[in-house]
Amino acid sequence: MTVNNRSQRMFHWTILALLTLGAVIAMAPMLYMVATAFKPAAYVPEFPPKFIPDNPTLENFRTAFNSRNFDTALFNSAKVAVSTALLVTTLSSMMAYAFARFEFPGKTLLFYTILAMMMVPTMMLIIPQFILASKLELINSHTGLVLVYTAGGLAFNMFLLRGFFESLPYELEEAALIDGANQFVIFWRIMLPLARPALSTVGVFSFLGAWDEYIWALTVLTDPAKRTLPIAIQNFRGTRATDWGLVFAASLTAVVPTVLLFVFFQRYFVQGITTGAVKK
Amino acid sequence: MRAKLHYRWYTPYLFLLPGLALYVLWMIYPLGYEFYISFFDWKIMPGQTSEFIGWANYQRVLDDKNFWLALENTVRYTAVTVIGQMVIGLGLAVMVHRVFIAKRLFRGIYYLPVVTSWVVVSFLFQFIFSAHRGGLVNYTLIDVLHMLDEPVNWIGETNTAWIIIYSLGIWKGMGWTMVIFLAALQGIPPELYESAAIDGAGEIGQFRFITLPMIRRTTLFILVALVIGGFQVFISVYLITGGGPLHRTEVVLSYMYDRSFDRLWFGYGAAISYILAAIVVLVSFGQLRLFGQSDDADY
Repeated sequence: MTVNNRSQRMFHWTILALLTLGAVIAMAPMLYMVATAFKPAAYVPEFPPKFIPDNPTLENFRTAFNSRNFDTALFNSAKVAVSTALLVTTLSSMMAYAFARFEFPGKTLLFYTILAMMMVPTMMLIIPQFILASKLELINSHTGLVLVYTAGGLAFNMFLLRGFFESLPYELEEAALIDGANQFVIFWRIMLPLARPALSTVGVFSFLGAWDEYIWALTVLTDPAKRTLPIAIQNFRGTRATDWGLVFAASLTAVVPTVLLFVFFQRYFVQGITTGAVKK
Repeated sequence: MRAKLHYRWYTPYLFLLPGLALYVLWMIYPLGYEFYISFFDWKIMPGQTSEFIGWANYQRVLDDKNFWLALENTVRYTAVTVIGQMVIGLGLAVMVHRVFIAKRLFRGIYYLPVVTSWVVVSFLFQFIFSAHRGGLVNYTLIDVLHMLDEPVNWIGETNTAWIIIYSLGIWKGMGWTMVIFLAALQGIPPELYESAAIDGAGEIGQFRFITLPMIRRTTLFILVALVIGGFQVFISVYLITGGGPLHRTEVVLSYMYDRSFDRLWFGYGAAISYILAAIVVLVSFGQLRLFGQSDDADY
């Protein structure tokens, strides 16, 4: 768009000003969290609030890492999130390929069942899932977390990848078939490498989902050594006097990896969340 | 002409099997199992027998004043935050679409809360809505904007506690709405605006007669998705007010969780879950029916 006259230039500067103001308001809570994480003994908010601490300290981070299995929680979350991301990516891409390329009895029924299930609130299933986890001895187990997170993420990611596979031409597969490759070789050697951008989207989304998941972890993890980050942060919050500096130092430790992922993969994020929403 | 690949009859099932096995075990089976549980006075201790009580759990839920209040709170939360996210999200999208520098930066900043954990932002909002004069919100309203004289005890009263929860819901979700609206705006052919400008349509006319109709499908998608999300509000309520005082700020899922995992009334919780799911499914279809009209609603 060319800025060609005075009133149009005004219009554009107004937009820029409004967006900047909005961005400042939107960012303020985050920046205040960062500032508080570096303040010593922040039991009550200081008056006036300061976005740049007077005496910034790393004390809160030191305390966090020295106490209550916080480093264990960090490791647990990383382990659970990476496993979930790998499992969701593998299984949902296989399912997506089946739906995109094959015809088989029951396909339509299965497809619409999974689609309809996406309307069901995830948390609604927590009671039967809890009973099932108890029966399978998956309480206090990271395997239990990974299985439930994976099952919960399959549908959305399967639809996302199916759309991607459907957009690929058939020629490559046909050529490979003539060369004698079977479907699994084609899937592994041809389709997956082509789908790398879409797979990254799925992987990043699944990682973040598992990294931040709270409700299921809250329900099935009672062993302090098994805790994941959201539960560890909640424990710093405590019930009575809260050292907010400590809470936010722990929070920041959990949030920074997600922000980095977001910054590096911004393109994939946009792709992932707009697929299906906007008709191309 | 769509090409056909040759494969053995069982090949598709081999691709589906591992994922589907997990999906059936942890999603489909629990859905059925929960329906079963909802007909019992469910005992979780080993050795105790659960008693079949028919529709009694459903009857008790429908007679429970706290459930109705939780439902009302949920509906109100959904209405407020869906409207807030859509209006602000669309406004931001329109502006980010038109801004001539730092487009990606703005998109990134507004999207940041979306990728931040619900637990973290729930505590963060509790902190900035602190009752102290130094709480960020109180300070801004009193000492910067001079709109108030006294600090507000936000968490202390039901109405003001809702303000914390509503503003968190809108702040956290508006970036998601913006990104989707932005993608839709970028899909509108610029020729449409050019010819409208030649015909003398101003900014507002163009927005009304080109932008809005062109993003109708996207708007419907966002509406349905946000309403489903709104009905599932849980973490912010659970961590900020805990549903209290005396269940005044309970939402359906926080009440379900309280009954199920605090009181251990699993049958009762299962009935609440089924009622909520039924409401969500009906409301979703209702919206598609009402606003989808002749569109092929194929998502």
